[in-house]
Amino acid sequence: MKYMDEFRDPRAAQHLAESIRAQANGRTMRLMEVCGTHTMAVARYGLKGLLPPEVRLVSGPGCPVCVTPNGYIDHAVALCRLEGVTVATFGDMMRVPGSRTSLEQERAEGRDVRVVYSPLDGLRLASEHPERKVVFLGIGFETTIPGVAASILEADRSGLPNFFVLSAHKVMPPAMGALAGDPEIEVDGFLCPGHVSVIIGAEAYRFIAEDYGIPCVVAGFEPLDVLRAVELLAAQVAQDRAEVEIQYRRAVRPEGNRKARALVEQVFEPSDANWRGIGIIEGSGLKIRERFRRFDAAVMLDVTVEPAVEPKGCICGAVLKGTRTPGDCGLFGKRCTPEHPIGACMVSSEGTCAAWFRYGADGE
Amino acid sequence: MCLAVPMRLVRRDGDFGLAEVGGIERKIGLQLVDEATVGDFVIVHAGFAIQKLDEEAAQESLALFEEMARLDV
Ligand code: SF4
Repeated sequence: MKYMDEFRDPRAAQHLAESIRAQANGRTMRLMEVCGTHTMAVARYGLKGLLPPEVRLVSGPGCPVCVTPNGYIDHAVALCRLEGVTVATFGDMMRVPGSRTSLEQERAEGRDVRVVYSPLDGLRLASEHPERKVVFLGIGFETTIPGVAASILEADRSGLPNFFVLSAHKVMPPAMGALAGDPEIEVDGFLCPGHVSVIIGAEAYRFIAEDYGIPCVVAGFEPLDVLRAVELLAAQVAQDRAEVEIQYRRAVRPEGNRKARALVEQVFEPSDANWRGIGIIEGSGLKIRERFRRFDAAVMLDVTVEPAVEPKGCICGAVLKGTRTPGDCGLFGKRCTPEHPIGACMVSSEGTCAAWFRYGADGE
Repeated sequence: MCLAVPMRLVRRDGDFGLAEVGGIERKIGLQLVDEATVGDFVIVHAGFAIQKLDEEAAQESLALFEEMARLDV
């Protein structure tokens, strides 16, 4: 496929691997790939196996399903049990275990839970079924949020009364700031999420380079993109520089996508958000503005949600911070598998535990 | 769920349009990319074009990688 296959040439990959070794020049470094799609690309193409031992890639909190706390799943379950409510969600959310049950189990028991590909499908369901209340599960980072904002604006414009969003949207820079400031974590460089950056722009990471002295490179998702970004990061670390660079220039501008940012700003306002395993991070979430509250499922649809229970023995939280690996979890591959996931990190294909399970610890 | 792929825009009617990749066409929202016109490549995520692909920048990256592929490792 155009603009994908060309970025997979194995000879160029070999050359980049050599160059990374040369740039690192024996210096040990921990580079965090913040985004789950990077984690998946690294595992799938065996990129860790190409890197010299001193350059280590660790996964971060960039899988939206994985960082969604149990309480949110419980809330969605409570909504789907309401009379006349249809829950529409991205497929990844179906199998995430909540405190007591999952959306998949609820559907098997006869609740109306639909897998959709886009929030636009949620809009379509709502206009085709005026007798039902359609709740779209709004999870995801900056890549996904503008589409949800555009959908709410469409619903507002066309006067659709039965479309709702349960928003647990999260934004990346405050979470990266929290990790950068956490002494336990020790990150020497950030491989910044490419498609989040399409929206927010590379300038959004400047405070990480300037205030924390950690280099940032915005990376694309094909193997050569990732390797080239690692090369740029390794050079910065080895030369004690901390700058923001864009490797993924075909998609990312310094200022991002202004139109998308304006739509998000129109519909949402900043709030604190709860990240699974990490806890509350100030200003890292988005909630629906007062002006659009009639689309806010959390406000408009009244349910009682029991306090959340975390799965026993699951160390997803530490995995999401990059302080531990799935191999450290006693349940990994035994009681917890993609067939029978215990934690969210095993459910989503972007989850670190799922990537380890499918491709092995080093993706070799 | 964060997957986003480059697709070619084959039709645009205001805020909506059709994009194609590998022979598959998909209806997408174009609210976020005012400047994209038919024939452009756009990056599509969850039913929305999130950016117009900069083909010049893409060619520059490819030229760099082709250069590397030609060098002896
Ligand atoms: S292997 Fe399963 S139980 Fe262990 S941390 Fe990963 S998701 Fe949680």
